[in-house]
Amino acid sequence: MRRTLSADAMRLAIPALSLTILLAAVFWLQPRAMSYVGLNLLFNLAVPIALATIAQMLIMSVNDLDLSMGTFVSFVACVTATFLREAPLVGMLILFGVVVVYAGLGVVIHLRNLPSIVVSLGMSFVWAGLAVLLLPAPGGQAPDWVRALMTMKPPVAPMAIVASILIAIVAHFVVMRSSLGVLIRGVGGNQRSVERAGWSVVGARAAAYGLAGVFAVLAGVALVGLTTSADANIALRYTLLSIAGVILGGGEFIGGRVSPIGAVIGALTLTLAGSFLSFLRISPDWQIGAQGAILIIVLALRLLLNRLEKREKRR
Amino acid sequence: MTFRKMLLASVAIACAAIPASALADTSGKKIALSNNYAGNSWRQAMLTSWEKVTGEAVKAGVVAAADAFTTAENQATEQAAQIQNMILQGYDAIVLNAASPTALNGAVKEACDAGITVVSFDGIVTEPCAWRIAVDFKEMGRSQVEYLSKKLPNGGNLLEIRGLAGVFVDDEISAGIHEGVKQFPQFKIVGSVHGDWAQDVAQKAVAGVLPSLPEVIGVVTQGGDGYGAAQAIAAAKRPMPVIVMGNREDELKWWKEQKDANGYETMSVSIAPGVSTLAFWVAQQILDGKEVKKDLVVPFLRIDQDNLEQNLANTQAGGVANVEYTQADAIKVIESAK
Repeated sequence: MRRTLSADAMRLAIPALSLTILLAAVFWLQPRAMSYVGLNLLFNLAVPIALATIAQMLIMSVNDLDLSMGTFVSFVACVTATFLREAPLVGMLILFGVVVVYAGLGVVIHLRNLPSIVVSLGMSFVWAGLAVLLLPAPGGQAPDWVRALMTMKPPVAPMAIVASILIAIVAHFVVMRSSLGVLIRGVGGNQRSVERAGWSVVGARAAAYGLAGVFAVLAGVALVGLTTSADANIALRYTLLSIAGVILGGGEFIGGRVSPIGAVIGALTLTLAGSFLSFLRISPDWQIGAQGAILIIVLALRLLLNRLEKREKRR
Repeated sequence: MTFRKMLLASVAIACAAIPASALADTSGKKIALSNNYAGNSWRQAMLTSWEKVTGEAVKAGVVAAADAFTTAENQATEQAAQIQNMILQGYDAIVLNAASPTALNGAVKEACDAGITVVSFDGIVTEPCAWRIAVDFKEMGRSQVEYLSKKLPNGGNLLEIRGLAGVFVDDEISAGIHEGVKQFPQFKIVGSVHGDWAQDVAQKAVAGVLPSLPEVIGVVTQGGDGYGAAQAIAAAKRPMPVIVMGNREDELKWWKEQKDANGYETMSVSIAPGVSTLAFWVAQQILDGKEVKKDLVVPFLRIDQDNLEQNLANTQAGGVANVEYTQADAIKVIESAK
């Protein structure tokens, strides 16, 4: 029991350590960042990314992959900047409807035994098309309450930090502590034994996709709260960022091995890596490569850790 | 004793240095360029102009720094993060070519709230606290028809080559052209194709539509498509209409060849990539305490029959005709807006 706990802790240690090192480096390069306002500026755009990462993590916990995350978040952003402001009831209905669509996708993928990559890639065109239909030219405006929520100034810690901690805690309880979460991860770990134990795998998949839809919707709403208006292409990067965030945070592509706290840390690390590189004044031509290098270093550390873990087990 | 001497000496140096640094009010200010894309010749020329003009300005002590940043991917979220980093880095002004007119408004507002001057150009932002140096694309389209009306007073059929479908700039220029046709009703647009601002696409599109067209006396364009249109028309062995060019090097070269061979006459109009330097000087003027209207209009760069050779000589192979603006130009633009 103790050993598994320490392995879990170790799994979290690497992302936490990389975030700390990056943060220390950023503070050293730019002492101005070491303040309430500074931290908020560094991390506020990480909040929607963290939410999208949790959504991606839920899908990855049932061994699937969602390639439509970026376009879906963009679509939600467009709904938020248009319907949710002008006709809140209709907006809520649309957002609720798309969450149901997400759950339905989980059911279809399971029943028809379809590869999730293909289905979500197809859906990404649907979401992108709907987003362009809603906002053919960039525009719209964030609902006042969303804007107020994303720019509020809580005491002690800035909004970005409070929100990140809150997201991590909620996701941790849903995925790691609730029986539904155990079931979802079980489907990723060994679908057949979950089935034999008498659980409904279809239900678990639908729940995982539905929950992912909820978090992705929150990501879109949070993003519009920060940018004040939307654009049909606003979040295209989120597909890859969310996958990278999950992996950086200690999750794996298969086996239901995911870590919600790690995923949030992963999202923060990715955001911070960009700021770090721009503070370093690396030429933009090299920045993509440098961002990749940071990813590779962290992943190499992970591999090393996995090997140590295995050796420990063999003993 | 020696320590006191050193102290005295440093005070003396500081006193001597102060009047020198007070030469311009903005000598301590730092300006950053936030750019969203660097993947074509226009943007490359824009960055080179920025580097050249601001490098001299920094050397002359007009401003303390003028650093250029380009995002790795052309994405609004990434540029928003870049702007927020600039706030942390303590820049006094941000000159911005935006990935989206609206999606950066949150970050721009944060910069304004932090007391930073934000000047957007080319890709402008709608946030009211920022300055906008916009291009009057409509006028660019209208002026083409006006030129044709002087050159061909009897009017006739026009072929319109448009840009990339669904892009704001394309809609604006096209609207301007149609406004021009309304103003000069002797002209009639008989065909309209999308050339995507690329010579090869334009050539293919024009070649495809030509057989269905009556005689065309003028071609109105958006830039980057005139040379392709000329090639297609020459290949069809039709009489060469007046093709309005778009300041690209290949277009100017073709025009020069035709001018030397048979006295071909036309004009060329587009936006100079050096508009980034105009934005720099406007930002500097605002930091200097000048009152500047929030919406300014960039003059476009027009090349005519008599200054063709001179502009062609100054244009790099494969590049775009360019002008770099000076502080005096910026002051003129600011004043004309009042």
